[in-house]
Amino acid sequence: MSFFIKHIKSFTLFELMKGLILTLRYFFKPKVTLNYPNQKGPLSPRFRGEHALRRYPNGEERCIACKLCEAVCPAQAITIEAEPKPDGSRRTSRYDIDMTKCIYCGLCQEACPVDAIVEGPNFEYATETREELLYDKEKLLRNGDIWEKQISENIKSDSRYR
Amino acid sequence: MNSLYFEIFIGILKIFSFVVPVLVSVALLVYLERKVLGAVQLRKGPNVVGPFGILQSFADVIKLITKENLLPSSSNKFLFIFAPMLTLILSLIAWAVIPISSTYVISNINIGILYLFAVSSFGVYGVILAGWASNSKYPFLGALRSAAQMISYEVSIGFVIITVLICVGSLNLIDIVESQKNLWFAIPLLPMFVVFIISVLAETNRLPFDLPEDEATLVAGFFTEYSSISFGLFFLAEYANMILMSSLTVILFLGGWYPPLDIFPLNAIPGIIWFAVKVFLILFVFLWVRATFPRYRYDQLMRLGWKIFLPLTLIWVVITSSFLFYFGMLPN
Repeated sequence: MSFFIKHIKSFTLFELMKGLILTLRYFFKPKVTLNYPNQKGPLSPRFRGEHALRRYPNGEERCIACKLCEAVCPAQAITIEAEPKPDGSRRTSRYDIDMTKCIYCGLCQEACPVDAIVEGPNFEYATETREELLYDKEKLLRNGDIWEKQISENIKSDSRYR
Repeated sequence: MNSLYFEIFIGILKIFSFVVPVLVSVALLVYLERKVLGAVQLRKGPNVVGPFGILQSFADVIKLITKENLLPSSSNKFLFIFAPMLTLILSLIAWAVIPISSTYVISNINIGILYLFAVSSFGVYGVILAGWASNSKYPFLGALRSAAQMISYEVSIGFVIITVLICVGSLNLIDIVESQKNLWFAIPLLPMFVVFIISVLAETNRLPFDLPEDEATLVAGFFTEYSSISFGLFFLAEYANMILMSSLTVILFLGGWYPPLDIFPLNAIPGIIWFAVKVFLILFVFLWVRATFPRYRYDQLMRLGWKIFLPLTLIWVVITSSFLFYFGMLPN
């Protein structure tokens, strides 16, 4: 009996029709595509994107040139040089991140005692030349100014888990 | 003399009235294919260029034209350039005998179906020439596969067509359609209809039988070495062939320009629209099948062609002709 059923099934293309109906059902289902540049998916507050150097609300740089981030960086993407400022505080004179080396592990952010270096929510910073990805202190501080609002919100919302 | 020029002019106009819509519908078919595949995979498909992305394939064509046309140094230059032209020309000249309504056809010849069959068999030459002229291993293997596959499936297509011809008693495509005025052949000859659709998939190298251009094993098959517009010509020819074969299916099995029922709101719609709708449905089935089934293995493909379709169609030819003979229903 099963022999006949098997052959009837194969001659009526039963399994193939089943497959076709399945794909037809998917054809009419709502689509999951995001229209990317116009529509974006949600980002976690812990998202590790483009780096930024933050300032205190009074405009003073947070970074104290402790070089913990440079030390912890597994890709050795961070280069820091420090010297005392005229007012006697210790500040960086050079803070470079090679974004082509960076592996976006977030260890610099973890290591920073003053929340100065953070990885912000921005991931759309593709450039046309490689040189543009060698970030210097000026660029990082500018990123900090641009993204400060979201960065501080993210740090606040994530702080109770730290 | 003047009337000769006039006739030539009218002839050229008529040819353009077929070729231009075919080329435009090729562009729309490529767009439709990407939309259907996207929809089945829960994506949206192209939706940026023009309204709903409908101009996507025109943008692709412009991209293809502006690219560099590479000639492999070891290739046979003449054949390499000639092959895509031949393929496209063959897929376009077949339209000469396709009747899209009871009166509108470029040339109403009495052996239309034979002509179509001959032209579609010629299609193998374009593929073989391309594969051979490229002088490279993947195109060569792709061309061999394609040739074997097209020849195998043409046998069963031939028998299917013979079955239809037995029922009609004429090789003229208009006669074939007109004999289906009351009953489409898809209903009494349903098994042949299914066999024909599957064989057409193999004949036009569509999934699940697209072994000649199997990405996983042959890069792109016979047009691996092609770039720019010569690649575009192959692409165009493949899709023009798909449209041609689905209109052949409509003519042989789905009653051409006749509405499904001869009642008022349906038979008020002009025949050309019925023809287009039916062709569209068959094309949708092609795309739907592509979105559903995995690719056949080569030996499975050959087994299906020679061990299943050939005996099946042969038996059905005998059954149909004895049935018609016994009940005295043979035409003329």
